[in-house]
Amino acid sequence: MSVADVTAQAPRKRLVSSRLLRSEVRLIGGRRRNQMGLLVLALVPIVLAISVKVSSRNARGGPDFLDSVTSNGLFVPLAALGVEMGIFLPLAISMLAGDAVAGEANLGTLRYLLTVPVSRTRLLVVKYASLCIGALWGVATVAVAGAVIGVALFGTGPLTTLSGSQLEFPAALGRVLLVVLYLSACIAALGAVGLFISTLTEQPIAATIALMIFTILSWILDAVPQLEWLHPWLIVHEWLSFADLLRDPPLWDNVLRGLGVDAVYAAVFWLLAWARFAGKDVTS
Amino acid sequence: MTLPATQVQPTPADQSTIDPAADAAVETHGLTKRFGSRLAVEALDMVVPRGAVYGFLGPNGSGKTTTIRMLLGLVEPNAGTRSLLGHPIPREAARALPQVGSLVEGPAFHPYLSGRANLARLDAADLWSDPRTARRRIDGALDRVGLLAAATKRYRAYSLGMRQRLAIAAALLAPRELLVLDEPTNGLDPQGTREVRHLVASLAEDGATVLVSSHLLSEVEQLCTHLGIMSEGRLVAQGTVYELRGSGVTTVCVTTPQSAEAAAVLQRLGVADVVAVRGEVRGQPGTLTPESMVEALVHAGVPVRGFVVTTPSLEDLFVGLTGEGFDVSG
Repeated sequence: MSVADVTAQAPRKRLVSSRLLRSEVRLIGGRRRNQMGLLVLALVPIVLAISVKVSSRNARGGPDFLDSVTSNGLFVPLAALGVEMGIFLPLAISMLAGDAVAGEANLGTLRYLLTVPVSRTRLLVVKYASLCIGALWGVATVAVAGAVIGVALFGTGPLTTLSGSQLEFPAALGRVLLVVLYLSACIAALGAVGLFISTLTEQPIAATIALMIFTILSWILDAVPQLEWLHPWLIVHEWLSFADLLRDPPLWDNVLRGLGVDAVYAAVFWLLAWARFAGKDVTS
Repeated sequence: MTLPATQVQPTPADQSTIDPAADAAVETHGLTKRFGSRLAVEALDMVVPRGAVYGFLGPNGSGKTTTIRMLLGLVEPNAGTRSLLGHPIPREAARALPQVGSLVEGPAFHPYLSGRANLARLDAADLWSDPRTARRRIDGALDRVGLLAAATKRYRAYSLGMRQRLAIAAALLAPRELLVLDEPTNGLDPQGTREVRHLVASLAEDGATVLVSSHLLSEVEQLCTHLGIMSEGRLVAQGTVYELRGSGVTTVCVTTPQSAEAAAVLQRLGVADVVAVRGEVRGQPGTLTPESMVEALVHAGVPVRGFVVTTPSLEDLFVGLTGEGFDVSG
């Protein structure tokens, strides 16, 4: 091809295109490290289910949901999600967020994306969209792995809600889906914090560690009773309220408050990321 | 010069009707950039006419890359304005940049993607590119830089020369009005350097304006129609190669046993700074022609054993302007 090999019509700009977002998702999914991460996320419910199965005769006193696991396999994904919201899922989004801007800056690919040109605002929109997809991907991986192993080992008996009533399998599956969506939103909100941190540095690992510190600090503050006034504003405070979705009927108050806090975090930190990145000199 | 049909502004066939400002592919006024207390680029007034092959020369650290980053909107200057293809940057960057292919400070790609996948990613990011022709354009660009055979290899397995070629291929994904190539021959062996030179020459023949930076004059000298020479953040010389060659001071050197008489003759003719040393007379003839000087010498009965008029080479000019040696400025 040559420069003179020019098509007759001038190139037209498309207003929207999903090509860059699809490329982002392929980049995330194609990276070996991320595939290993997903494997680890999926291993947790499997280990959980097998250990309960092996010791099923005296399964009392385990973590939340664990003693209910034997009655319905769908408690496996719920128990696993409860465990993984502590560290593993935040760590997964931290790694993706570290790659998002700091990773591209570190490789130098950021300057080539910007001169394509990709406007900085558009880049942040696409990067955040890919983080949201990554959040759903991670949470869904845990849920699907848990549901498959749980149903395989414990069957699809009626699911006893926290209110004591019983749900048929399809309705129970619906509740698990609600939990997946809720927790994905929680992790995606954390992703916005990560995106902001990612614009502050050219070292992806630094951004990852900083977001983990942010998460762990939030958990610690959430556990200090003297800081009760602060708790409703902590990003992690309502994460475990997903259990409310397993009442009959679902208890929405805490979940909706959690979603509200998530929305505030996502909006504020995305805007901070934009404010930081829009006028920044790219010298990497 | 044939202009590609892709540009936004219609170009009249008659070049003389275009006003000079719109005719510049790159234009900066008073461009200044400070990093902390260090002045990286100072009051840069640069003009790259359309159709030119502009050699942007200067030692390492003289501000070439910072200037290129400012042109492409990656770095915001502290003062001054810049425009690409008549579009002010950064306000109309979205209109200018799709017609600009660039190579900035070496290649940079995702190491675990293949060369082809890396180009596909850049093409996917481009709102102006047509996804239906992506494969053809990507393979065309790879072919043009001789990388088609290694298209499916991971980038991390590429040698430095292959990486450099891939970066050039990325600049050729779409038809370009302007190519900004920062040190395109860095890391290439002499064979690769020659190939890149041919590539740049053929791109220029196709009508693209090329801005090519280098710290080695010899790499771009044969290519360029225009030169800009940077030293310590300032553009110390700029013009066509012809103008810059002519800007050097011509000297005349006469070898003769009667140097005193020869010196007197030359001085009478108006040769400046005449110096006579050990059978040689040197001076600066200015606009005097060699034949008139020889004629005057012979008329005066001065035996002339040798007569040489020299104009300094571009290399001499470059070294004179930027200094010699390995010191990194800035």
